[in-house]
Amino acid sequence: MFVFHSSLTWHISDFWLIHIAILCSYDLQRPISEQKELLNKWNEMGTDEPDLSLFRPVYAPKDFLEVLMNLRNPNYENGDQPSSRNHLGLIQVPLKVKDIPELKEYFGELGLNTGQLGIDDSAQVPPELFENEHLRIGQKVLTEQDSAAAQQYVRQGCPTALRAELWALILNISNQPEDILYYEQLKSNVIQHDLLVDSLIYKDVKLTASNDDYYFVFEDYLYQVLFCFSRDTSVLEHFTYSSATPPKSYIRGKLGMEEYAVFYPPSGVIPFHGFSMYVAPLCFLYHEPSKLYQIFREMYVRFFFRLHSISSHPSGIVSLCLLFETLLQTHLPQLFYHLREIGAQPLRISFKWMVRAFSGYLATDQLLLLWDRILGYNSLEILAVLAAAVFAFRAVNLMEVTSLAAAEAVLADLSTLKVMPLLQIFLFATVT
Amino acid sequence: MLASDHSPALPPPLHCTVPGLVARGTDAPSLLGTVGCARSTPELGDEGLSPSRACLTPVLPALGLKTFSWALGRWGLAWSRKGDRVGSGILSCGGLQVSAGHRGPPRLKEREPRACIRFKCALTNTILDVLRQRPGWVEVKDEGEWDFYWCDVSWLRENFDHTYMDEHVRICHFRNHYELTRKNYIVKNLKRFRKQLEREAGKLEATKCDFFPKTFEMPSEYHLFVEEFRKYPGITWIMKPVGRSQGRGIFLFRKLKDIIDWRKDGVRADDQKDETQVENYVAQRYIENPYLIGGRKFDLRVYVLVMSYIPLKVWLYRDGFARFSNTRFTLNSIDDHYVHLTNVAVQKTAPDYDPEKGCKWMIQRVRRYLTAKHGAEAVEVLFADMDNIFIKSLQSVQKTIISDKHCFELYGYDILIDQNLKPWLLEVNASPSLTASSQEDYELKCRLLKDTLHIVDMEVRLTGKEKRVGGFDLMWNDGPVSRVEGNADTPVNASFLTNTHLGYNNDRKKQLKQLFKSLQTQQKV
Repeated sequence: MFVFHSSLTWHISDFWLIHIAILCSYDLQRPISEQKELLNKWNEMGTDEPDLSLFRPVYAPKDFLEVLMNLRNPNYENGDQPSSRNHLGLIQVPLKVKDIPELKEYFGELGLNTGQLGIDDSAQVPPELFENEHLRIGQKVLTEQDSAAAQQYVRQGCPTALRAELWALILNISNQPEDILYYEQLKSNVIQHDLLVDSLIYKDVKLTASNDDYYFVFEDYLYQVLFCFSRDTSVLEHFTYSSATPPKSYIRGKLGMEEYAVFYPPSGVIPFHGFSMYVAPLCFLYHEPSKLYQIFREMYVRFFFRLHSISSHPSGIVSLCLLFETLLQTHLPQLFYHLREIGAQPLRISFKWMVRAFSGYLATDQLLLLWDRILGYNSLEILAVLAAAVFAFRAVNLMEVTSLAAAEAVLADLSTLKVMPLLQIFLFATVT
Repeated sequence: MLASDHSPALPPPLHCTVPGLVARGTDAPSLLGTVGCARSTPELGDEGLSPSRACLTPVLPALGLKTFSWALGRWGLAWSRKGDRVGSGILSCGGLQVSAGHRGPPRLKEREPRACIRFKCALTNTILDVLRQRPGWVEVKDEGEWDFYWCDVSWLRENFDHTYMDEHVRICHFRNHYELTRKNYIVKNLKRFRKQLEREAGKLEATKCDFFPKTFEMPSEYHLFVEEFRKYPGITWIMKPVGRSQGRGIFLFRKLKDIIDWRKDGVRADDQKDETQVENYVAQRYIENPYLIGGRKFDLRVYVLVMSYIPLKVWLYRDGFARFSNTRFTLNSIDDHYVHLTNVAVQKTAPDYDPEKGCKWMIQRVRRYLTAKHGAEAVEVLFADMDNIFIKSLQSVQKTIISDKHCFELYGYDILIDQNLKPWLLEVNASPSLTASSQEDYELKCRLLKDTLHIVDMEVRLTGKEKRVGGFDLMWNDGPVSRVEGNADTPVNASFLTNTHLGYNNDRKKQLKQLFKSLQTQQKV
């Protein structure tokens, strides 16, 4: 209950920021000439840069972290015992999270005795040992079109050549004519109506994906997907199982009257700084805009929404933060204590990784291997485990730093990390 | 000091060099240019030596001359040889290399390890850093003697023919590399090779040479061009100046009137060269359906190292990169250079160029992207076709290029992929840019150059039978090289995978460590 209340508060502050703008510009239909121009430039919107100097992102992950840090359960009284586990971390909400034995069981297929892509497909391992067979099974799963089997299969990683189809199979995306039609409908909505949110999207893409060495190529796809996404009212359905509520706006002059309330933006999702990075890695797999769009939408309503809304769900960001902190505290207590002492709470550094599901931080092939497991286990907990594993990996260097800035520097570059060995070592090869 | 009839005792030979000594005496071989000298210090790398006289093993003359003598400078001494009495002498590093007689120190074999290597470098970018950091390599001043020269092509043109080089000396270009790199010459060579291949192996084999877009030299082949032009109305052509680089002077056209200046009007003599008003250009069929990633056109830069042409020994580097055009590809704006040309040099001047952004992808990333989209088999075929381009292009100039054993060359191949996943050869660069555009790029070029120097092997550590050195894989060794186990000389059977790994993981550090370790143990044995 208290969680619901605080998420409402969070969204209300969001809402006020754009409230004024909404009243002025919600129903802004584009003039015909502008519509034609936008239609012509649909595939290269990246070249058209409107004046964004007055815009800034609505919020960034670190603002969100501040909110989460201040969550308290009014019903819970833990006294003043400093022995309380939660006392040391940033998250002060006592949610149930898994510990390592439970994680070992949950992520059983990542164990040392099971073949993995990301480990057993490296150059030194002869492909006959695992890779060839795994590929063959993957092809079989695709021919059978068995979604449940696919989900089980990707727990050991997806071969690059099969990944696009396997993910589509798991997410039940088939790109039927009606889906394509729906996308075209959204596209025409974009052409006809201008939304304030579009400028936020432009700003976000220019700030993040366009400046990324790898994803700059896909800039145009990002606009196409995100503009349509913000107008897609079917996204509102996910609010039935999210503890968040979409922000509402009122038609001019009818403030407070529920019958004149509309959701703004139509999808109910306001993009934050870094939002476009959810889409960018998918551009590697899908080049057909309507399919790319559907995959992203499905990934969002299944997984990504949990990363920026407050809930008590085990895959929600609050639980992930708590899981991360607990793992670190329990298994690397010296490191945790040291970092806390120098004012570098580990969550301050790892939060941005988890909120973005590591997109933009890991090398793309590693990221896709990680997202394979998110799909396979239908859970985001692996993000917290990976974050803890990264800290464990760089523990020696981190023990020597003396400031938050230095700690950030040690963990600034994750692009060389190999995800699967890190996870395996942390979960299965460390003495607990 | 003049010659005397006996040989003064000399300590074991040393490296040194003295430029411009005079050879005097009867029957003095006319070969004697610079002459070396001996010094009595047994230590190599003596502090007293100036940087230009690092070290060189003197060698004894065994010229079979009746008499000769010469006067040496400050360092030297003279000797004479009568009959078959050998005077202990020394040899020059730039001069003769002679084997010892039955007395005196033994001849230094051509590829014996040298304690230090003197290098000269005409460029001031990544290659200079790599050379300076190489252990045992010393930079020489302008006039000093060198064992290794990373020269530029203009120096080569002017000096190669009258520079004497010792056997061990290496230089980074072939004398007439332009047979491969100048746009009009490579066309000629490929056409000729294709005909030859058709005669020898049939039409099917000859089609393997169809990786170069149809090209005509202007103005000499103007009429042939017009014929082709009329056959395919409405397609786009690209005009490129023959000798320039970095995208300069290139333009696209669709109408004949745009190239009216190159019309051969019959009055002009054929042997008029670049002094005329009209520069030599080639007109080439523009590839209108390039493969696009994110709506952008790109080309691939791949590095190929040729150690010799006869026999043909070629190495392919695993790393490379794709250069993206900054703007979206469309055939509507053929005047927009920025869209169509992917050279970084041109992109840098585009108004929306953001140097922080960089428009390059490593080739591993491209390979992965294509595999995700088209599957592993299609990508294998694509890369095998690219191997074919490298080999066939080199074979076509194999007999024309003067294969000097002092020369090696690192080529930068520019490849364009079209939408049918067919690779096309755009051009070959003999001096691929070694200036780095970003940190990632710098590291790539450092790796590339370090491994190149490993293969050139001035330190004489390799056996010559290696199939992989660092990031380089031996692609052709007077015949195809197979991926299967065995060394470079293992005979190949019909169905095999070539030993190329373009776009694969480049775990060169590990490989180099293993390689040099095993070489060390071999040497000890």
